[in-house]
Amino acid sequence: MDFKLTPEQEALKKEFEDFFEVEMKHEPEDWVWGLEGLFSDAGWPFNVYMAKRLAEKGWLVRPWPEEYGGCNAPMIEQLIFGDVLGYYCAPGVDPLGVGMIGPTILAVGTEEQKKEHLPPIAKAERFWCQGWSEPNAGSDLASLTTKAVKDGDDWILNGQKCWNTGAHRADWCFTIARTNPEERRSKGLTYFILDMKSPGVSVVPIESMDGSKHFNEIYFDDVRVPSRNVIGEVNGGWAITQATMNYERSSVGIMSGASRGLNELVQYCKETSLRGKPLSQNPHVRHRLAQLAIDIEVGRTLSYRVGWLQEKEDIMAAAAAACGAKVYSTELWQRVAFTGIEIMGLYGTVAKGSKWAVLKGQFEDLAQSTPGYKLGGGTSEIMRSIVAWVGLGLPRIK
Amino acid sequence: MDLDFTEEQDMLRNSARDFLSTECDKAMVRQIEESEEGYSPEIWRKMAELGWQGLLIPEEYDGMGMGLMDLVVIFEEIGRNILPSPFLVTVALGTPPIVEGGSEEQKKEILPRVSSGEAILTLALTEPSAGYTADCVELKADAQGDSFVLNGTKLFVEFASASDYMVVVARTKSGGDPENGITLLLVDSKSPGIKIEPFATTGMDKQCEVVFDNVSVPKGNIIGELDKGWPIMAKTLEKATVAKCAEMVGGMQAVLDMSVAYAKERVQYGRPIGSFQAIQHMLADMYLRVETSKNILYQAAWMVSEGLPAAEKVAIAKGWCNEAYKKVTEDGVEVHGAIGTTRDHDMGLYYRRSKAAEPTFGDTESQRELVAQQLGL
Repeated sequence: MDFKLTPEQEALKKEFEDFFEVEMKHEPEDWVWGLEGLFSDAGWPFNVYMAKRLAEKGWLVRPWPEEYGGCNAPMIEQLIFGDVLGYYCAPGVDPLGVGMIGPTILAVGTEEQKKEHLPPIAKAERFWCQGWSEPNAGSDLASLTTKAVKDGDDWILNGQKCWNTGAHRADWCFTIARTNPEERRSKGLTYFILDMKSPGVSVVPIESMDGSKHFNEIYFDDVRVPSRNVIGEVNGGWAITQATMNYERSSVGIMSGASRGLNELVQYCKETSLRGKPLSQNPHVRHRLAQLAIDIEVGRTLSYRVGWLQEKEDIMAAAAAACGAKVYSTELWQRVAFTGIEIMGLYGTVAKGSKWAVLKGQFEDLAQSTPGYKLGGGTSEIMRSIVAWVGLGLPRIK
Repeated sequence: MDLDFTEEQDMLRNSARDFLSTECDKAMVRQIEESEEGYSPEIWRKMAELGWQGLLIPEEYDGMGMGLMDLVVIFEEIGRNILPSPFLVTVALGTPPIVEGGSEEQKKEILPRVSSGEAILTLALTEPSAGYTADCVELKADAQGDSFVLNGTKLFVEFASASDYMVVVARTKSGGDPENGITLLLVDSKSPGIKIEPFATTGMDKQCEVVFDNVSVPKGNIIGELDKGWPIMAKTLEKATVAKCAEMVGGMQAVLDMSVAYAKERVQYGRPIGSFQAIQHMLADMYLRVETSKNILYQAAWMVSEGLPAAEKVAIAKGWCNEAYKKVTEDGVEVHGAIGTTRDHDMGLYYRRSKAAEPTFGDTESQRELVAQQLGL
């Protein structure tokens, strides 16, 4: 066993760090990492700027083949990249374009689809949103009711999607709709991609509890999608949604983001006295921070294990560990947020923008956004169920 | 980066698993636990034939000259199967100070006998204050001529009762930095003036009180240097903590495996209880605790074996494994229902060990304090 990075990997890591160290100086005033930071009026131009800088460096899609803008980077390098990106809380990597639809098209798309859609992702020219969930189809995605009906060489889509992160900023959408009404549940579903400027597409924001707007509803009202924008087989969409879920899911970025958050909290506690006594000397505070440090280090080893299993293509073990890492990292992220605001006491409730805000109000912000991270991309409960079925072979009730 | 064990280590694991399941089934575990010795001399001899006691001992002293990762493999299997024995105290507590700081003469005298299974070692570090830090070491060794005279009490000396030698951690100088003035002495457990009394514990692991009443130890028995024993001790404790964590991880895996198997076979309301989400999610959390414990253990073990500064990582691993083993065994009993609370059921063997392992080499709170200091708090 060997946990060392090679000198080349160390050098690469240093290169990533140097880049983000410089580029993060462009962050807008009072900017805080998170979904709001990615999609707000102030944050979106920064996100796009960073995406383009990463594209110029050739770092946006490093694991992809060279012909589509990547360099066939091995999983370990991607882990290192995600680790550094997460630590700097940097925007720029479209989790939906770079993270989901790109790898999906690479895996199951036609040559024509690859040529049309992969380069704009690699060059940060096209941003994506995901149109999967519906008001009555959340964890039970297969019960979705958005319909697509064949009309000549096109499909006509009607229905409502929701929880569409960044749909108001996105150029394109990947979605799934029922194409065979005779078949039930996961059968009879087809995977589509569509231009968000298509007539009949409308986006309505969903306001989060903190007032930010990054989730949306998408309405499809007789939206015409050409057949060439079907991914995979007609009525064969379900298997592709499952495949899409299986790309890099080490959650390493959240673990390292948590580590950054902890470092800032530690610094704050060293510098801050409450009622005459430094917070860092309060045994309760010390132990809460130490427990977070333990949880974060453990989480990082879990992320690297997931990457290792993915690299070895140990699919079942990787899937179980990845689901475990998703639960672990999002729960950890919320603990970091709660620990932060609880240590700060009343100051923990001050929102960014106020002169009384502590650490730019990022923990106040996080405490409200982290519940969503435990739900998006598969709730903690669904993740635990998958661990039980896939990792432990427990029976699944149909 | 390579996060797999070597082929040789996989083979070592398989042979250890076969050996333990053959030699020490659960009936045997219970029989040994309840015996006066607390270990089986016959199994001990067979372990020596496999070279286990000499795993970390250099080949020139009849050892195997293997590394800490190999020891981790063995301890995972011991934790998984359960083997009541003075193995940890001999290989991970008694041997490392001699290998690390012993004179050539001491090595030649003691190590081959450890390798062959003839000599059982233990470490006499903790006292009634029950802490593992240097400031807890009060037992006095006064220089008198060519000897030291020891007076005081050591407590929680595991398997002192079975030991041939103890590495005694004694105070030879007071005042100032508590890490200064600690001397390690190799003491014959049968020396006049030593009184050893085992007492009953949760882990049934032959914890002993050892009273030193004017015990004379030749100065030639110093391991390392006078007053400068603590750095050797700190390194030893790192290794022993890694070994303990490996044993805990093995125990967790056994509890998870037993619980999953039981959940698949136990039928209530007309279906296996493992099909209920309440049980599935409990088992998923157990799985996650086992996986994370393994990963952090391996990283800590690797750092120690590479000679890297590992104090923080070891504290993190122990702090994590403490809580993980506690929760995994708690949930394991829960999944099994009432039968899991009985003396006859294997679950209790692990449950009790999780409780015993937690304070050993530092409870979670003390590990957190160590980490807090490393954070600069």
